[in-house]
Amino acid sequence: MNLTLKIWRQNDAADAGRLVDYPVEGITEDMSFLEMLDVLNEQLQARGEEPVAFDSDCREGICGMCSLMINGEAHGPEVTTTCQLHMRSFKDGETITIEPWRASAFPIIRDLVVDRSAFDRIIQAGGYISVNTGAAPEANNIQVPKVAADRAFDTATCIGCGACAAACPNASAMLFLGAKVTHLGELPQGQAERSPRVVNMLNQHDAEGFGGCTNIGECATACPKEIPLDVISQLNKDFRTAKKYAG
Amino acid sequence: MTQVDDLYTVGDPIADTKAPKDLPIEQIWTRAKFTNKLVNPANRRKLSVIIVGTGLAGASAAATLGEAGYHVKSFCYQDSPRRAHSIAAQGGINAAKNYNDDGDSTYRLFYDTVKGGDYRSRETNVYRLAEVSTNIIDQCVAQGVPFARDYGGLLDNRSFGGVQVARTFYARGQTGQQLLIGAYQAMERQVTAGTVEQFTRHEMLELIVVDGRARGIVTRDMVTGKIESHLADAVVLASGGYGNVFFLSTNAMGCNTTATWRAHRKGAYFGNPCYTQIHPTCIPVSGDHQSKLTLMSESLRNDGRIWVPKRKEDADKDPRDIPEEDRDYYLERIYPSFGNLVPRDIASRQAKYMCDEGRGVGPLVGDFRRGVYLDFSDALSRMSRAAIDAKYGNLFDMYQRITGEDPREVPMRIYPAVHYTMGGLWVDYDLETTITGLYAVGEANFSDHGANRLGASSLMQCLGDGYFVLPNTIRNYLADGPFEPVAQDAPEVIEAVESVRGRIEKLLSINGERTVDSFHKELGHIMWEYCGMERTEEGLRKAIDLIRSLRAEFWRNVRVLGTADSLNQSLEKAGRVADFLELGELMCIDALHRRESCGGHFRAESQTEDGEALRDDEHFAYVAAWQFGEGADRLNPVLHKEDLVYKFIELKQRSYK
Ligand SMILES: Cc1cc2nc3c(=O)[nH]c(=O)nc-3n(C[C@H](O)[C@H](O)[C@H](O)COP(=O)(O)OP(=O)(O)OC[C@H]3O[C@@H](n4cnc5c(N)ncnc54)[C@H](O)[C@@H]3O)c2cc1C
Ligand code: SF4
Ligand code: FES
Repeated sequence: MNLTLKIWRQNDAADAGRLVDYPVEGITEDMSFLEMLDVLNEQLQARGEEPVAFDSDCREGICGMCSLMINGEAHGPEVTTTCQLHMRSFKDGETITIEPWRASAFPIIRDLVVDRSAFDRIIQAGGYISVNTGAAPEANNIQVPKVAADRAFDTATCIGCGACAAACPNASAMLFLGAKVTHLGELPQGQAERSPRVVNMLNQHDAEGFGGCTNIGECATACPKEIPLDVISQLNKDFRTAKKYAG
Repeated sequence: MTQVDDLYTVGDPIADTKAPKDLPIEQIWTRAKFTNKLVNPANRRKLSVIIVGTGLAGASAAATLGEAGYHVKSFCYQDSPRRAHSIAAQGGINAAKNYNDDGDSTYRLFYDTVKGGDYRSRETNVYRLAEVSTNIIDQCVAQGVPFARDYGGLLDNRSFGGVQVARTFYARGQTGQQLLIGAYQAMERQVTAGTVEQFTRHEMLELIVVDGRARGIVTRDMVTGKIESHLADAVVLASGGYGNVFFLSTNAMGCNTTATWRAHRKGAYFGNPCYTQIHPTCIPVSGDHQSKLTLMSESLRNDGRIWVPKRKEDADKDPRDIPEEDRDYYLERIYPSFGNLVPRDIASRQAKYMCDEGRGVGPLVGDFRRGVYLDFSDALSRMSRAAIDAKYGNLFDMYQRITGEDPREVPMRIYPAVHYTMGGLWVDYDLETTITGLYAVGEANFSDHGANRLGASSLMQCLGDGYFVLPNTIRNYLADGPFEPVAQDAPEVIEAVESVRGRIEKLLSINGERTVDSFHKELGHIMWEYCGMERTEEGLRKAIDLIRSLRAEFWRNVRVLGTADSLNQSLEKAGRVADFLELGELMCIDALHRRESCGGHFRAESQTEDGEALRDDEHFAYVAAWQFGEGADRLNPVLHKEDLVYKFIELKQRSYK
């Protein structure tokens, strides 16, 4: 198939940036979206033009590196990551607009590549269970009811891609935050630090410039791992409890 | 030194691996931990360690050394440590917990790993790995890793290729992700504690060696292009494997050999570079545009049955219309006791043979169909759909997304792909390379897997190395530090920085006609054709010539656009491909010199009457540790042999029949 791509080009943080049109030909349905961009980049380089910069690594939907706004939707039209999106989801002759994540806490580095180090800092603020290597008890001494284990797993599947914040009109990363708070909060191992964790992580979230949740739900729609919206309820509940105990 | 074949020379053998001697195997690690020197807690913060890589091996090492109080500097090329390639591991992690009381033990895990590696690994290291395996599970559970559990709330296990006990712990099909998030969070906790400094989007491009000791690295800040030198008391490489030398592999796009290859060029021996693992269950190639291959976890072989049509004529029929009697469940037929669970190398080679015979399925790629069926219809009639989905749902969905077919309805098509590299930097019992103060952990070292790795054993090795082994061995070295500070303008530092700058300028100035990817694809094709599932003397010689001329052309004709001082992905790739173009030659030389078949290394000239790999223990029971030779035109490396002595396990011809 043949397509017209409108791609955001921006040299660096200081550059204003603009959408540039690129026609591409010879795309097949079996290609992934990023392989389609690989084809474009090979063609650009053959013409002596600099290739479009975009992030990807695993190309299996698990590392969270890929991050494109496709026709205004984070990760495009399917419930999956950009790298797992295939060209069979598009039609011959279509025009596709490709932009980077947009949120002030994710500054653009170049073209479609953004800086998501804010997410690392949110984890640093408390997204862990404090146990030094060697200090762990025998694994089966900790019993976890299957329901709790399953919910912990479901929320632990967050890949830290940032689509939730990119999709949110208020640039809130509370789905990401709620997923971590729920993962660790569901487990017996996570109880000791439950209250300080939620307070510290939320403070960091706000300090990074992410907005608060405004109950729109775009985040859960965009999330490639289907993290449910109710993790934000859990986040609020834990926060309320934490404040109560902190007095 | 004897020159062999104009390809390599033979140097002195490696005499000692530094493991405590003359002890029963179960006492060696305990003794080493006791005799290794201790570092007083107050001195630890004066000692600095650079760790390149934040996968399971690097992140676990960074967290643990940070907790101990050392000053750690951690590097990765992704935008967050959590994205290291380990995140993609699906199936599980082994540990000799024997929770199922099915006869598992430290000794059995040790025995299975040595046997699975086709008796080409070092006994002392493998035993230690089996010993620490149980601690890994304890640690991960305490961190909150959500392993699968049964209804009683206890941990669940599954069995994995090549073994007959259920010792694999898993978190649905995302075990690597969950383990890595655990290690990453432990490491981020140390960032807050101030013991770990984190450098993301930083690529190591050179090693700094001063007075024979590894004292630092040169990196490029991938955002600004700034070339920086980082100095420390010791350097640890946890930079992963080099499967991407084949271009197409299940590895992440950025996986590379640059960190290990640069260290090799500075004096670290490379162990068994030709040992690569081809994984039997990947989604087949669909066309030229393909950028990577996707693994379908081997756990699928527990419930799926592998078959091809008995007759070539049925190759393009709808598989559902092929009756039972016309199907050849070839693994069950040839290996009745292990069936679909034979080790990976055997499963892969048999799939290749079926397709070479013309009985492959799926679209024609060239003259052949390169695929076999992995069928779940039996399992679906035995178990409920919900039960199957709970085990494999996410894998089925991934398959469907890529191929457009639902494996619950139509059998999956699979074909082997490059997956893992057993070779890597040679290390001794302390995980130290042949450069003093330079350590290698995880897939980056030549590791404990011999000539073939068993499923779920890499995650175990990475975390074993990072959490429990390295922190206990590196202190023996650090106890003599802090070493004399190295100045930023020391000649060795300047030389390393200048050589990095020079290389970047060269790559940007060639301005030839071919893209980096086109060279990478051509190299991958040569490697897959001649140094892949089946290797021959003739093919390997041809490959060496082809690689040399491709390398020469690369440095004459590559086109890298853009500038040095900005984010430049073509430049990043160009540096990696340049190193792959040298490593590829070394792999072929290693494969050529090893005139036996073992594990993943199958030399067509060395097979039994029924086509199984035939080892030659009399001549090849050694680790091939290669020293860097001349460089540019021809490598001419120097071979050092480490004899493998089996004191606790009897050498046997592997049989899975
Ligand atoms: C699809 C797939 C599934 C797998 N499933 C399993 C499984 O179920 N069980 C199992 O046991 N094993 C499995 N494996 C193998 C296992 O995942 C890997 O061997 C293991 O994760 C390697 O971990 P590592 O820590 O050594 O390196 P990696 O996780 O590869 O990490 C390498 C790190 O080094 C950094 N790095 C590399 N080069 C540089 C450089 N030049 N400069 C700076 N940083 C650099 C990277 O940024 C990264 O942080 C699987 C592998 C694949 C491909
Ligand atoms: S919650 Fe979903 S969208 Fe947000 S970072 Fe995690 S995986 Fe991405
Ligand atoms: S590239 Fe890893 S999730 Fe898309």
